[in-house]
Amino acid sequence: MQILDYAKEEQKKQEDQKLWDKVINYFRKRSLWMLHYCTGCGAMELPPILTSRWDIERFGVGPMATPRQADILLLTGYVSTNTMKRVIRTYEQMPEPKWVLAFGSCTVNGGMYWDSYNTVNNVGEYIPIDITIAGCMPRPEAILDSMIELMDMIQRGEAKAFQKYKENYSYYKENQDRLFKRTKPVLESSALRYIHDENGGEQ
Amino acid sequence: MVILNILLYAFGSILVGLTFMGIGRKVTARVHLRYGPPFYQSIMDVIKLLSRKSITHNFVMDLGMIMSLAGLIGTMLYVPISGHTAFISNTNIVVIMYLMAIGYLGMAMAVAASGNPNAAIGVSRALTMMLGYEVPFFTVILGLIIFNNSSSVAVIAASQAGSIWNWNIWHMPLGYIAAEITLQAMMGEKPFDAMIAPAEIASGPMVELSGKYLGLGFLTHAVSIFVETGLIVNFFFGGGANPIDFVLKQLGVYLVAVIFDNIFPRYKIEQAVKFLWIFPMGLAVVQLLLLAF
Ligand code: SF4
Repeated sequence: MQILDYAKEEQKKQEDQKLWDKVINYFRKRSLWMLHYCTGCGAMELPPILTSRWDIERFGVGPMATPRQADILLLTGYVSTNTMKRVIRTYEQMPEPKWVLAFGSCTVNGGMYWDSYNTVNNVGEYIPIDITIAGCMPRPEAILDSMIELMDMIQRGEAKAFQKYKENYSYYKENQDRLFKRTKPVLESSALRYIHDENGGEQ
Repeated sequence: MVILNILLYAFGSILVGLTFMGIGRKVTARVHLRYGPPFYQSIMDVIKLLSRKSITHNFVMDLGMIMSLAGLIGTMLYVPISGHTAFISNTNIVVIMYLMAIGYLGMAMAVAASGNPNAAIGVSRALTMMLGYEVPFFTVILGLIIFNNSSSVAVIAASQAGSIWNWNIWHMPLGYIAAEITLQAMMGEKPFDAMIAPAEIASGPMVELSGKYLGLGFLTHAVSIFVETGLIVNFFFGGGANPIDFVLKQLGVYLVAVIFDNIFPRYKIEQAVKFLWIFPMGLAVVQLLLLAF
């Protein structure tokens, strides 16, 4: 019953979209810049979708070098605990609206690394994910399909994971802290660290 | 009336510049054997950027972005479009050259204020590059001024009216080649794109610009494309009989630059300045000597 209510509410929200939102959403969906912070093997699928065979620039999607300018963050596969810090910092630097695409089974449940001591099992616990693409690794067609799905979601005003992150920040922060307790800082100044253990910083 | 005129010129140049950027991306895609984005992609990008949240670091950054756009639009108002100018002036080459620098200096000020080391490297490279291309370009322009006995762009353009064979490109081919090479550097296309260099310094000057600031940066780039190709068209291709003719010639000049952009790798900054000071400068000086004697 609750789920039905929720669905109805969502539907109503979409119908209530103002004309201005619809217009702006059109431009947002037609110009998505992706941050290719390539974390795992799925990154190998990016060159084919950018080059002549699957040319994704047709849809206005293109690579961007800095998080300040990016609209979508691609998590291309498994994320190790130390990488997770960088991923979170990168994600938080991106201005809104922003979306996250997660590639492959590693981001869902750890994939073939699910029992590993240093990889994150479910990325969705630490940062909000809009779309996860199934496969190990996903084919370029699947990536194109997910991009088009993301565009549809943006047009309908559904892709709101970044708001979920803001609203449920304590949940995400708790998970992040629990994860970072396991890791040692690498090449990171103490001022920038996410965790502060009982000894007051240095480990 | 004057204000309306200025707004018309500003919007027109921005629109033309953005469309050129889109067409350039399409041509780049075709060179790569891709389908490419639609030609209005840059316009959509700008609208999206203006609708995003953005981060400013301080007041200087806001001021610098506005200053660079205003400086270049100010320059644009002095560039005659097939005989029409927003401000009529007899010595507008001097004004154009002076105001164009303000546009780039505003950009440098804005991005240096962000404090990002990549931006600082990018700005220093851009200013070094300016040192490299301005000397040969001014030498070419000096030749043009001596040749036409006038420092008005409109007079230089009008003196080439009549047939194609009156164009300055036939009178001073060496100067044209020098100007074309410096144009490549002015627009930041390869092989002189050391200041942007996404692979090394994460877009250089643009690294900290987000949302609306990057949108303003896009608009500035669009106007700068209009001004720079417009100058080349006025100096070497007879200026155009009507605005449409003028814009088509500009498109031709821009597409040549884009195609060169696609087939070259990147110079290091010291190599670029060395190249600019040896080859285009040499050509420009030889042209100047040929004209003088
Ligand atoms: S899902 Fe497969 S391809 Fe993707 S990162 Fe994991 S192991 Fe690699």
